[in-house]
Amino acid sequence: MEIVIIGLSHKTAPVEIREKLSVPKGLLSDYLKQLVSLPGVQEGTIISTCNRVEVIAVINQGAGEQELINFLAILAQLPAGELERYLYKLKNAEAVKHLFRVASSLDSMIIGEPQILGQVKEAYRLAVENKGAKLILNKLFHRAFFVAKRVRTETKIANQAVSVSYAAVELAKKIMGDLKDKKALLIGAGEMCELAAKNLLSQGIKEILVTNRTYARAEELAAELHGRPLPFNEFPAQLEEVDIVISSTGSSHYIVHKDQVQPVIRARRHRPMFFIDIAVPRDIDPRLNEIDNIYVYDIDDLQNVVAENKEERKKEIAQAENIIQQGQESFQKWLKSLEVVPTILDLRQRLEKVRQEEISRTFSLLRNTSAEEREIIDLLTQSIINKIIHQPIAFLKSQNNQEQGKFNIELFRKIFGLEENNDRAVSQDTPSGHKRKSLGLKSS
Amino acid sequence: MNLIFFEIALVIYLIGMATALAYLITLRKPLSWISNLALGIGFLLHTSALVSRYLEAGYTPITNLHEALSFFAWAIIAVYLIMQMKYRVEVLAAFVSPLAIIMILLASIFPREILPLPPALQSFWLPIHVTLAFLGNALFAVAFAIAIMYLIQERQIKAKKIGSVYHRLPSLKVLDEINYRCLTWGFPLMTLGIITGSVWAQSAWGAYWNWDAKETWSLITWFVYAALLHGRLTIGWRGRKAALLAIIGFAAVVFTFLGVNLLLTGLHAYN
Repeated sequence: MEIVIIGLSHKTAPVEIREKLSVPKGLLSDYLKQLVSLPGVQEGTIISTCNRVEVIAVINQGAGEQELINFLAILAQLPAGELERYLYKLKNAEAVKHLFRVASSLDSMIIGEPQILGQVKEAYRLAVENKGAKLILNKLFHRAFFVAKRVRTETKIANQAVSVSYAAVELAKKIMGDLKDKKALLIGAGEMCELAAKNLLSQGIKEILVTNRTYARAEELAAELHGRPLPFNEFPAQLEEVDIVISSTGSSHYIVHKDQVQPVIRARRHRPMFFIDIAVPRDIDPRLNEIDNIYVYDIDDLQNVVAENKEERKKEIAQAENIIQQGQESFQKWLKSLEVVPTILDLRQRLEKVRQEEISRTFSLLRNTSAEEREIIDLLTQSIINKIIHQPIAFLKSQNNQEQGKFNIELFRKIFGLEENNDRAVSQDTPSGHKRKSLGLKSS
Repeated sequence: MNLIFFEIALVIYLIGMATALAYLITLRKPLSWISNLALGIGFLLHTSALVSRYLEAGYTPITNLHEALSFFAWAIIAVYLIMQMKYRVEVLAAFVSPLAIIMILLASIFPREILPLPPALQSFWLPIHVTLAFLGNALFAVAFAIAIMYLIQERQIKAKKIGSVYHRLPSLKVLDEINYRCLTWGFPLMTLGIITGSVWAQSAWGAYWNWDAKETWSLITWFVYAALLHGRLTIGWRGRKAALLAIIGFAAVVFTFLGVNLLLTGLHAYN
């Protein structure tokens, strides 16, 4: 049995290829059912976001990998050979680590972004619904959520932005609070401009106005952003209405001047304004920053924000990798415990401990026993234990190659309270009974 | 008895302030939780102190410097707790609690015996006038703390210093809004405080206004906040200007409250 992850992400494939693999939400269930019915596939699920599509599966030893690649190829409507160039294939320990990193947002385009965990949870939920998740994936995903939560709470990677457009939007929120009733104006066009606008949209901004020296381009962009186009000569008049201005034109001179804006801020009764100047040469007169309640950030300023964040983030990322490593080790331990030999050893250890405790108590009560008598008692207790566990151990050994094997071994461990391998559970033996704290997360 | 409550409340407030400051530095959530709990418990004990002092003395305990400062600290914490429930600005405690601590430490310096109430203060106007005035002042005290936070955060953003301070303070919007809220609640309370004081002066001293030091300075304070309120409502004075005025206004409040008593004499001085 192997855990495999096969897929592609923004790190291995350009958006044109990723587009082909993205699964429309409505069809995800159907594809999942198909996936799980493939020969050699015991459990499986699909993660599909705009930046990655991955198949996570538990397959029989040696089988299944090519099946999965073909499955993805059919999804993408590309020949398997062509698609393979962009795919990464991870197995077992590597696959586990990868999932943990993804869920903790360490593999995302913007490290620390909050959406990916929700997307991973969604993939898990779908798997459960479509009977794709059983013993192994259940445990794997729950552990992934646990690790992701630890990373979020114990490190600060979620705190800061590592991209210019993200940083700009975070600044806007720090100045103006909630963006829901705010308006933005886009002057010009360009990737960072559009990214920032899209970020604003995702934060719920009320309206985006778009202007450009070429009106047609403004219309195009406005349509994409569900906004309103504006003829270029009209934008100064609209300044009073907007709270955020993002500018990125090819102009070699300033297009927004200080004396232009002074009356504007008064007319706005000093409601704050935030100018994001991505252009080089700059579009916005930097002296605007001197005015009360007006904030201007040019591309250097924004990049400095990001750089400062990245440095601080390195420490946090290192700590996050640490947490993930711990999670991975703990999961591997659990996997191993599902094998027969460790289980037998654990069982014997547990029973031996009980035997020793009982014997020493009894011996302390029996005053006048000879060494020979003690030895007889010792052998007696050993013999009782051996006779009792003979059958259970035979059963365990028979589980090695069975399909249900892992489930039975897990149940066996539960019955005998052998779950010390899981670092969330601590079993406390008392002479009279057996207490056990509840295991980890059942729902995240 | 009331002094026992007072002392314990003081200690617990100190714990609240210490953990609040520790939270400001480390951002470890449990510290924030503990500091709010401590301030809450301290507040309950402080309330008990005031109530038991009232029972022991037979009059509202706001007649000398110890009592006045203690009540002021109590009101500041009360305003903080209300603002915190509404706005949940996590680091607010770190800025407001020191104010309350200073007041309460000062309170413990001054003589605390319960003396018989001087005849000039034997009036039902005592609790009304003083309570209104102090509630107003407490709101301005919190506005002062908020204004400081605003100026610090504004400086960070204007100077492009996006570091650890920036991340700990909330948005300028929230800070400005709380400032405004304190003003709109504080100003009417202060106005009523002055009016009731004036009516009481008439019945106690024979004139509505005597231009004694405290009356004069409270009028100056009133004008500062009136200007601020007017600026906010008409021209839209917000942000930096409002913060600066809130600071100046509170300086006037402190002088009216303490400076007058300690430096000058007059009808109002507590002796």
